[in-house]
Amino acid sequence: MSFPSCVIIFVFCLCTLVGLQITSVGRGRGGTDSLSQKLHSENKGKTTELVVQGLSLVAVQGCHGKNHKDAASVRATHPIPAACGIYYFEVKIVSKGRDGYMGIGLSAQGVNMNRLPGWDKHSYGYHGDDGHSFCSSGTGQPYGPTFTTGDVIGCCVNLINNTCFYTKNGHSLGIAFTDLPSNLYPTVGLQTPGEIVDANFGQQPFVFDIEDYMREWRAKIQSTIKRFPIGDRLGEWQAMLQNMVSSYLVHHGYCSTATAFARVTDTTIQEEQTSIKNRQRIQKLVLAGRVGEAIEATQQLYPGLLEHNPNLLFMLKCRQFVEMVNGTDSEVRCFSARSPRSQDSYPGSPSLSPRHGSSNSHIHSTGADSPTCSNGVMSTKSKQSHSKYPALSSSSSSSSSSSPSSVNYSESNSTDSTKSQQHSSTSNQETSDSEMEMEAEHYPNGVLENSSTRIMNGTYKHEEILQTDESSMEDSCPQRQLCGGNHAATERMIQFGRELQILSEQLCREYGKNTVHKKMLQDAFSLLAYSDPWNCPVGQQLDPIQREPVCAALNSAILESQNLPKQPPLMLALGQASECLRLMARVGLGSCSFARVDDYLH
Amino acid sequence: MALLSRSRYTQEYICQIFSHCCKLQHWHSCGFKSLPQPLLCANGPDHQTILFNHGAVQSIAHLLVSASYKVRMQALKCFSVLAFENPQVSMTLVNVSVDGELLPQIFVKMLQRDKPIEMQLTSAKCLTSMCRAGAIRTDDPCIVLKTLPCLVRMCSKERLLEERVEGAETLAYLIETDVELQRIASITDHLIVMLADYFKYPSSVSAITDIKRLDHDLKHAHELRQAAFKLYASLGANDEDIRKKIIETENMMDRIVNGLSESSIKVRLAAVRCLHSLSRSVQQLRTSFQDHAVWKPLMKVLQNAPNEILVVASSTLCNLLLEFSPSKEPILESGAIELLCSLTQSENLALRVNGIWALMNMAFQAEQKIKSDILRGLSTEQLFQLLSDSDVNVLMKTLGLLRNLLSTRPHIDHIMSTHGKQIMQAVTLILEGEHNIEVKEQTLCILANIADGTTAKELIMTNDDILQKIKYYMSHSNAKLQLAAMFCISNLIWNEEEGSQERQDKLRDMGIVDILHKLSQSSDPNLCDKAKTALQQYLA
Repeated sequence: MSFPSCVIIFVFCLCTLVGLQITSVGRGRGGTDSLSQKLHSENKGKTTELVVQGLSLVAVQGCHGKNHKDAASVRATHPIPAACGIYYFEVKIVSKGRDGYMGIGLSAQGVNMNRLPGWDKHSYGYHGDDGHSFCSSGTGQPYGPTFTTGDVIGCCVNLINNTCFYTKNGHSLGIAFTDLPSNLYPTVGLQTPGEIVDANFGQQPFVFDIEDYMREWRAKIQSTIKRFPIGDRLGEWQAMLQNMVSSYLVHHGYCSTATAFARVTDTTIQEEQTSIKNRQRIQKLVLAGRVGEAIEATQQLYPGLLEHNPNLLFMLKCRQFVEMVNGTDSEVRCFSARSPRSQDSYPGSPSLSPRHGSSNSHIHSTGADSPTCSNGVMSTKSKQSHSKYPALSSSSSSSSSSSPSSVNYSESNSTDSTKSQQHSSTSNQETSDSEMEMEAEHYPNGVLENSSTRIMNGTYKHEEILQTDESSMEDSCPQRQLCGGNHAATERMIQFGRELQILSEQLCREYGKNTVHKKMLQDAFSLLAYSDPWNCPVGQQLDPIQREPVCAALNSAILESQNLPKQPPLMLALGQASECLRLMARVGLGSCSFARVDDYLH
Repeated sequence: MALLSRSRYTQEYICQIFSHCCKLQHWHSCGFKSLPQPLLCANGPDHQTILFNHGAVQSIAHLLVSASYKVRMQALKCFSVLAFENPQVSMTLVNVSVDGELLPQIFVKMLQRDKPIEMQLTSAKCLTSMCRAGAIRTDDPCIVLKTLPCLVRMCSKERLLEERVEGAETLAYLIETDVELQRIASITDHLIVMLADYFKYPSSVSAITDIKRLDHDLKHAHELRQAAFKLYASLGANDEDIRKKIIETENMMDRIVNGLSESSIKVRLAAVRCLHSLSRSVQQLRTSFQDHAVWKPLMKVLQNAPNEILVVASSTLCNLLLEFSPSKEPILESGAIELLCSLTQSENLALRVNGIWALMNMAFQAEQKIKSDILRGLSTEQLFQLLSDSDVNVLMKTLGLLRNLLSTRPHIDHIMSTHGKQIMQAVTLILEGEHNIEVKEQTLCILANIADGTTAKELIMTNDDILQKIKYYMSHSNAKLQLAAMFCISNLIWNEEEGSQERQDKLRDMGIVDILHKLSQSSDPNLCDKAKTALQQYLA
């Protein structure tokens, strides 16, 4: 057993003194994905000592460089991720040392680090002394020029076609390797004393114009997508596209648009007009935060639906509770001095324009372990919500006919309207405290599950509704108060909370424990633990955007009960495309980095 | 021109018209130039100049940033033809700016790899013209890191055949005179190997499977081959390592040899250019050129070829006739002397130079028969004709030929016995005429050679006129001429030879010894040494 007699020590560069962890930008995704990369060695030979500090590599002492076994290689800390599409790094030859036997390349995990890259299986290298390329073989192929002190050698891995080319001082030398395996590590090997190289993983500008190369591939992938052959069934293709659009419009209840579209394209709508309008009305109620009315309307129009969907009902009720806290649900609203506008003031046709863009960016950022549903589009717009308020109120709709201070409440369906009483804020505090105690019995603190198994049919952004709704709230009530600050309303809310608790327990008995329900309830009740629920850790529940998933679930359930697809095919296709890209990234198809669903949504 | 401010369709079409009227001229007149003498025909750049003088550059420049792709593209094309081999336009373009951005910067942006190929290629042509005109330095990053790599990419297999032809031709033009660019191009993307693919059309596959493709391939096959030859010629123009790499490319010499006998003049010309470029390598002359008997097809090309081919082919022949070239012998045997002598009578200056140059190389250390053949083939009349040629290059090479003919004593005596009178006449003529130092030096060297002959010496000793001239040049202000004259004297007074005493006496009487004494005090060590050696001959 012979160990290489080469001692390699990483020395500090001035730049690396700034921080030991040199973070470099993986050049694959245009800098969005950062990949921490530095040189690293697993070489543990007796006479070989490796100190990894920074990105500079020196072969110093005991290097005989007489035979191949005297070499030593180091590789980066991370393998090149396939999803980055195109990966590039450069190595500057600070000194060629005695003989300049230097190799720059790639190797898989487990490859012998006592040899220059290229000599062993799953190892690839370009050597400075002869300019040859070594493709897992002891004999090189004539490849490029030799390199020596002062030269900057770049190595580019194209994970789209699994090839690799090198650059010398910014000039591309042409393809060196094809059919590369995945999960290769950038690797540098030295053999004779005095050889010094610096690695650049993007912390400094590259000599070669890699951005330009990436531009070319982005354009290539995009044109491939554009020119993708769709077969000779062109007529059917057209019809299918029209159907997709039509079903999407119907699904979201864009009644008149759908009708107009059907007329122009000469297609038929599966669902009846009245049915669409009914769904539209219910959706509007949910989105306006009037969940109680929505439940009633659903029960009236689709008898049996909620009874068969206890989970949905529970979700709706939880939401209703949240809306009561918010002061928007009609059961508490009737107590309020302020009252919502009549329904007529809502925009006639919902101009809900689903925003898929942000939902997709969310998908890109989630790891593979997050339990997102596989055939839908997830939406958690938590971060946008609060910052949105000022913007919305400032651009409040001028079409609102109601002046904030004197609005007549024309539509009341609450039976508790007589209980209206004035309450001080201290009593408010007391009730919420007692509420906390009650809650604590059932839900120990600190159990916060992050899981989410909501299934959504797209996301809604009901800006106009929000605008009118929010503006009236904000204008009249600069400091938001629990249940609109009304004591009777608060009592009603607490009562409702108790009912909800009972419902939960009942469901638990009937169907067994449900962590999702538990979490939902816990989150909802937690709101009462804070003096200002809108600015508390669970405050995002009060964001009107949170109504969207509830609304979508209800809409889906109604459609399903009518034997209609619970998801519009358009959203299904979109979800599939996004999922497809994630799958590509997982199995190492690099082209996914240049094809993003976002690029095609405007 | 006034219409350029109209609608974008008008702009597009006007640019197109401008491009075409320049293009017709330039492809006819310019083509590819790698030879010392310009092939430009008189009205070549006329249209460029007319447009330029009417302010076309400024008017078209702002169209480069038009919203319409078609307008941008046509404006770009317009610039590529306006600037082609036109230093005036090219020099102007560098300083023109549109919306605060200089034209070279705009062109570089159009080179980006996600832009349409047509746009990349055309802007590379603009930058190439500007670089060749000297408006952009050859080491400017926009040439080295942008234009050159872009043009190499245009040569890749992924591009259309037309694009590959244009890319290779433009690149050949860009790197033609700059060895650093040649070196960079030679390592970029395996260009030398990539070019070998240009010879594979029509491919065997296309012949069987697809008639349409065969037709397409056939149409471009000639263009591809000539473009590849041109680019190889440029790549190998200066660097020995690159030449070696080119010749080591698969079947390269066979391809050149085949190219030499192709029916298309364009391909033949390019093949000869390529051969010429590679013939500058001593090593290759000795090896691959010999292995492939390159001289054979080359001699064939030299029969009845158009002048432009003759110029390059004869230039190549010059290299193949160098004394270390193994091709020298067979070339002589195939009647090269006659051919070269006829070239010296050509009206084309380059052909005259190449003809006499080749003869000069041929005469170097040649055997007596060859020398006699040359003299006979050339005739004394022609020799005098050449010595009175207006071109100094022709004169120098003719003198070089004479000097090579007059070397080794037996040859000197033999030639001087047959042509002595004429040669002495010619020498006198040159020494009396208005010529530069190099010409006079060369002539004095001829005299020194004559003085080395046994019997030939007498032709000088009996010619007082010549002796006075030698004496005059011994005291000339130019050290080179002094030295050359000293060689003559040395040869005349050398001791061991018959009749040296008489010669020494005669020269002493002429006052030569006094001059030698003076020169032995010279500060120039060469002169000093030479004078001292000469004086020793007197002492012995």
